[in-house]
Formats: sequence, structure tokens, C-alpha cells
Amino acid sequence: MDGTQPPVRDARGKTITIDPVTRIEGHMKVEAVVDGGEVKEARCSGTMFRGFEKILEGRHPLDAVRLTQRVCGVCPVIHATASAMCLDEALGVSGKIPPNGRLVRNLVLASNFLQSHILHFFALAALDYVDVAAAADYTGGDSDLKAVKSFIARKELSPFFPRYEGGYRFDKQTNLEMVKGYVKALRVRRVCHEMLSIFGGKMPHNVDIVPGGVTSAVTADKIAIFLGKLQEVREFIEDAYLPAVLAVAKAYADYFQIGPGCRRFLTYGGFNADDESGDPLKRRRLLPQGVVDNRGNLGAVDAAKISEEVSHSRYTEACAGHPSQGDTIPAPDKEGAYSWLKAPRYDGAPAEVGPLARVMAAYASGGAMKADIDAAARLAGAGAAALPSVLGRHLARIVEARWVADAMVRWLGELTPGAPAAAEISIPKEGTGAGLVDGPRGALGHWITIADGKIARYQLVVPTTWNASPQDGAGVPGPIEQALVGTKVKDQENPFEIVRVIRSFDPCLACSVHVLSAGRDVKGVYRIV
Amino acid sequence: MPNIVEIPAVWLQSAACTGCAVSLLNSLAPDVAGIVLRELVPGKHVSLRFQANVMAGQGAQVMRVLQDEAAKEAGRYVLIMEGSLFAGGDAYGMMGEADGAERPIYRTAAELARNSMAVICAGTCAAFGGIPSAKPNPTGAISMGELLRRENIKVPVVNIPGCPPHADWIVGTLAALAMYGLDAVAAGLDELQRPAMFFGKLIHETCPRRADFDAGRFAKRFGQTGCLYELGCKGPVTYADCPTRMWNSGTNWCIGAGSPCHGCVEPDFPDRLSPLYRKIDEKSLARFGLLTEAGPGKPTA
Repeated sequence: MDGTQPPVRDARGKTITIDPVTRIEGHMKVEAVVDGGEVKEARCSGTMFRGFEKILEGRHPLDAVRLTQRVCGVCPVIHATASAMCLDEALGVSGKIPPNGRLVRNLVLASNFLQSHILHFFALAALDYVDVAAAADYTGGDSDLKAVKSFIARKELSPFFPRYEGGYRFDKQTNLEMVKGYVKALRVRRVCHEMLSIFGGKMPHNVDIVPGGVTSAVTADKIAIFLGKLQEVREFIEDAYLPAVLAVAKAYADYFQIGPGCRRFLTYGGFNADDESGDPLKRRRLLPQGVVDNRGNLGAVDAAKISEEVSHSRYTEACAGHPSQGDTIPAPDKEGAYSWLKAPRYDGAPAEVGPLARVMAAYASGGAMKADIDAAARLAGAGAAALPSVLGRHLARIVEARWVADAMVRWLGELTPGAPAAAEISIPKEGTGAGLVDGPRGALGHWITIADGKIARYQLVVPTTWNASPQDGAGVPGPIEQALVGTKVKDQENPFEIVRVIRSFDPCLACSVHVLSAGRDVKGVYRIV
Repeated sequence: MPNIVEIPAVWLQSAACTGCAVSLLNSLAPDVAGIVLRELVPGKHVSLRFQANVMAGQGAQVMRVLQDEAAKEAGRYVLIMEGSLFAGGDAYGMMGEADGAERPIYRTAAELARNSMAVICAGTCAAFGGIPSAKPNPTGAISMGELLRRENIKVPVVNIPGCPPHADWIVGTLAALAMYGLDAVAAGLDELQRPAMFFGKLIHETCPRRADFDAGRFAKRFGQTGCLYELGCKGPVTYADCPTRMWNSGTNWCIGAGSPCHGCVEPDFPDRLSPLYRKIDEKSLARFGLLTEAGPGKPTA
């Protein structure tokens, strides 16, 4: 089978190809077969491959934290965190991380959660709903809107045009508010990174997180500066982000019924509430871990049930199995294969990861978060049953952003100025470790094997590989593919519905890379990774 | 309305992590909305025609933007390249379709470069190859400069390395280009095509912990005070203005967070600077006159 053939089985329908899908992270292509105005089949592929896991082999174990974070310039913090956690375990220091180390790790990661969710909603997703052209005849005094107006008047319309046309529903005033929010969000997300760098040094690619804790010192002035910036971000979340999500929920209410996906959710949880020792999936975390089935029942995560399927992926069958033992040997001509993405499965079935998965787990676990979710869903004019949907994913991000921002204030108060933030470490000859934790886009796993004091094996299973995975051996499509199937497309030249479904998952294709073994000439066949 | 001169720019991503683009988003003044909407310098505006992370359109409609730019604005636009280029097989990096076939990013980059006024390599990957080109270089990744040599494309190149590059370095280079023109920018480049105004001094020269180095006060493990030389700091062999410019609106920088510099702006990043947390070969200090007879940080008797 030629690797460049479009993966389309149904010859009756028209295939809509979107390549590249913009306003995501990385390179992505989506093909959807539309028949009778409805998506019958969908295939997602990433179109870039760098080979990180191979580059890591043979290197010094500490370098893994700095190199793996560079898998993704949008989410370097969570990769550094997962990498440090797998090394904490391999180095035997999981239980020795000082409270300051745990709290600073939480604060730095949380800063990027807020940055990522604000960036995603306004800079990535909003242009699917908001008509920037509404500012063309603006007559008010807001300086940002005036700048947009004179920009449009000069007829230099990039990067806001070209665009899909015909699907914008807001009234004039709401459009203007949303454009204002868009411009302000760009500033506030920068403040999130300023906050992050107080302890993280710089961002992107913060340098503080290391096995054993963090390198940065905790002082009272840093706490005060951090809180000052955090309050500005919290005000934006309450005064602009939440109203903007609710405005979309009101004008595009049908999107509570669009793109439900596989209705099965996985989260490793996030933000350790006490020390780092013991099974990472049994630690007390601000965002609880769990697996939620299609009836909303919550189960415990068992790491042994995570596997990677390769039935429809271009790898040999030997590559299937648990990621700690995973390999990646390409089989470009394999019968029935259509993707270079592996297909992660939990207990044999696909699972959606990300903010919606975390909110579903928190909801099922009861407690204070359940009431928050119910209240937010009510404000948005829906019930909790409508959460698995395009709008539900946006709503989950704002609910989570508020929880995390509130927790950050508490963590700042728990810091002890002057106390140590890192445990002493030494590199063992042999060791293994797993770092399982949620980032902004969902469940992230790093697995390391150290041999002879060097990295012998390193595997990553990243959020978008779960969400954008291909079919498995049973022919079950991945979560984004499932979310697209059944979506009605009004205008095939301007398929708003498709891109709204895709972007609700906040895909990050640069992350979903796997390495290919050296020594085989597979030139000309990669479509993904 | 005042007459504003437009400088078209195309931002293309290849073997990249998007970190360079996110770093540009972190620009303080002008902020990124200002960069997109307003004049960058008096009378000049950089018109960002293509940037996949922010642009509204998608699919075939944005591929047409690229084709139009190369055809209609030939010789006028700046190509800003993020990421290294896949020379080990076209299909490692594909973006969009042209004439019904998937389009290798390598070919798109070469074509856009050939018709550009200049190529700005944003970040260490585009400037020098970076992490994708690290051993064993599974995709045959190369820098943009190397692509231009292989394809015999003669256009001016400005390297703005860094993993990521500071927003000021990118914005400042664009501002210099807009105000003084290409020749003036070219005259200010060092032998690695970097603007000397940002990459003219060693980190070590202006590091606030330099006094610790000179006095022999070294941190032995993470979290300790003192010079981070023993923890693998690459500041003595790294050219950038981080200690004085600082990062994220002047908030902090790597050494300020107790982390050694990893030399992320250097052509040697990461391979020849690895292991990142191992002390540098002391012989390399001699190149910069930092090695005394008694050793680094030991005052001569």
C-alpha cells in the first residue's frame, strides 16, 4: 500500500482535505469523507517527524529533562515535569523532594496551564467564531479596537484573512467584545509566562525543573511579584475569559451536541498535593486521576493497562505493547496501515485526554469541583450531560483555569522562603522510572531506562497521540476521528464544523512524535509520526 | 491616513517545536498585537502574511497565500524560518498540497527563500540545525543556511539563534531592517551571521555571578549560591546578552533561576555542549583568556 494514498474507503462521498490545519501546534492534516452533508469517515495525520526518542539514547540522563521539554515550545513545562518525575523514580528521590520543590513545580506548571488555556481559546479557537471585520467601522474609544480598525483600513489583512466565510453568528457588539478580548488575551498570556519565569528562569523552555526538585530559590519578594501577576491573570479569567466562553455557548449552543467523541476519558491527574513518593497514580493531586466510562463511572488508573496498538499504524507488530517496553520499527508497506501515529489504548479501548477528561473525572469523583462544574454548565445553558462536546471542551478549560488559579494562591502561601527546593541526586548505573502526569492537553507519560549510567531507552506517550490516534485492531477509530464522524457540514467550501471539532481538542502535533529505528531506508513514505 | 510602507513577511515552520513563535508572542514592547497591527518603526509596518499558529485561514486557501507571495512579492518579502530542514527524506516534513500532491516543507522553504529579499533564521534549529540535527540525526536535519548552500540559493541570511531566541532579538532585527535596510543589517553581522548587537559578548563577561567565578566560589549542587561553573554552566563559551537583557519582560534568566547556562544559542548546542550539566572542558576557557595558571576561579599567587 502506497503511504501517500488518501486513507479513504468510502468512494461515494466527497473528501474534504484540510492541509495544513492552522491555529494548532505542529503540522496536521485532516481528511473527512462527507456524504449527504454529514461526515461518514475521518482520518487525522501529523505530517512532521523529528525523532526525539532516538536522539535521547546514549545521552546523560539529566539531559533528558532539557531535551524532551523541547519536544514542544507550547508545553515545555509538562514535558520537563514528566521527565523529572520519571528520573525522580529512577534516581530514587521521589520521596525526598522538599515541599518548596513540589510547590514551585506546581506553580510553574500551573502558570503554563493558564497561559495555554487562554492562548487556546482566544488566539487559536476564537477566530472560528468571531468576525474581526466587525471592527472596520468601529466608532468608540477603545485603543485596541481603534488599532484593529486602522489596520483593516490599510487593507493589509493578514493574518486575519483569508478565512472561512459565512459561519459567524455574533451580533456587532459581541464581536467587538470578543476582538477586545483577543487582543487583551495576547498580553495576559505573556504575563503568565512572566509569572512562570520568576521561578522558571525563562519561558519557553524553562530551566528550573530538575530531578529532585527545582534549582530556583524561594524568597518573599518572588512570592509577592508572582501573586501580583497572578491577580492580573485571575481578573482576566473572571472578567473576560469566562464571559467570552459563555458568549460562544449562547450563540453557538448547538455545539453542545456536536463532536461528543468516544465518551471514555483518561487522566493521570495533576499538581501533587503532598510529597512525590509512591505510585504516581495513587498520589493525592489537585486534579484527580481516573478513567471515566461512557456511563460516567470513575475507575482507578492502572498503568499496566496502557498499551500502544499498531494494527493500523506503519510499524511492525513487535512495536505494540506497554510503552516502557515499546519499540518503533517502521513497516511502511504494512497491509491495512494508514498512519504513522501509534494508537494508545487504555484497557484495549480509545480514551479522550485533556481538560474535558479531567473535568469528567473530577465530576465523577464528587466534591467541591462537582458543584463548580454544574454551576458553569448551568451558566452556559446546558447540563453536565452535554459536557462531551465541542462547547464542553471549551467550558472544561475555563472551569479548570479557575480551579488552578485559586490553588496557585494557596501554594504561594505554603512556600517557605529560604528553605531548600531540591534534594541531592546522583545518577545510578541502572534504573527505570515512569513519569505520569497531565499537562494542559492531557495525559502525558515519559518512561526511562538507564543502563551503564546513560539513557538506554526513552519513550513518550503524549496527549495528542491519544486524541489523534488511528483505528485499532478492532477497527475502532481514535477520539478525534470519532468526534468528527456524524458532524453535519453545511458548506463544504467553508467547513467550519470540522475545524471547530478539531480545535476543541487543542491538538499538538509536534508532541506526538515517535522515533523510527535507524538503518532502514524509508525515504519518501512518512506522512506522520 | 499617513502613508505606511509595508514590509511583507512569511513565517514558515519546519522541524520546530513552535517555541520560537511563542517567544515572539512574549514580546513586551511592542507587544505582539502591536507588531501585527501597528507600525514597527515610524512609517514602516511588518505585514505578517503567513504564520500558521495565528492565521485565520487554513488548508488550500493558506497554501495559495504562499504561492502568491513568492510570485507577486518576489524580492520584497522577508522569509522567517523556524526549525531545521529535513534533508534526509522529503516526507519527514510535509505541509499542504500543490498540484494535487503533498508538498515537502523543504521544497516550499527553498522556493520561498529563492524569491525573498532576505532569510531570517529564528532559533537555533533554523540557524545551526539544533536538536533535530543532534546525533544520530534521524531525519538528516540541516540548518537553513546549509539548505541555501545545497540549493545554490544566493540570498542574505541573518541568524538569530536561541532555544528559543529572545523576542527582542527578532523584533530588533526586523526594526533594524525596516529602518536602515539590508546592507546596514548585513554590516552588523558576525562570522556566524548573527547580529553582533545581541551576540557580541560572552554570557560570562556580564554575568552577575562572575565575581563568584573569579573568587572561586562555586555551587556544588542545585540550589546552592555561587558560580554555576561546576554544575556545567556554558556561560564561558556562549555569546548572548541574556545577563543584561533578561527574559520575559526582564523578569529573570536561566542563571537567575539557579540553572547553569546550556549554551542554547551556540552552533554546538546540544551535542558538543553535552552533557549539559557537566563542567566544560577547561581547555576551552583558554580561548577566552579565562584560565589562570592556577585553574579557573583560582587567583594566581
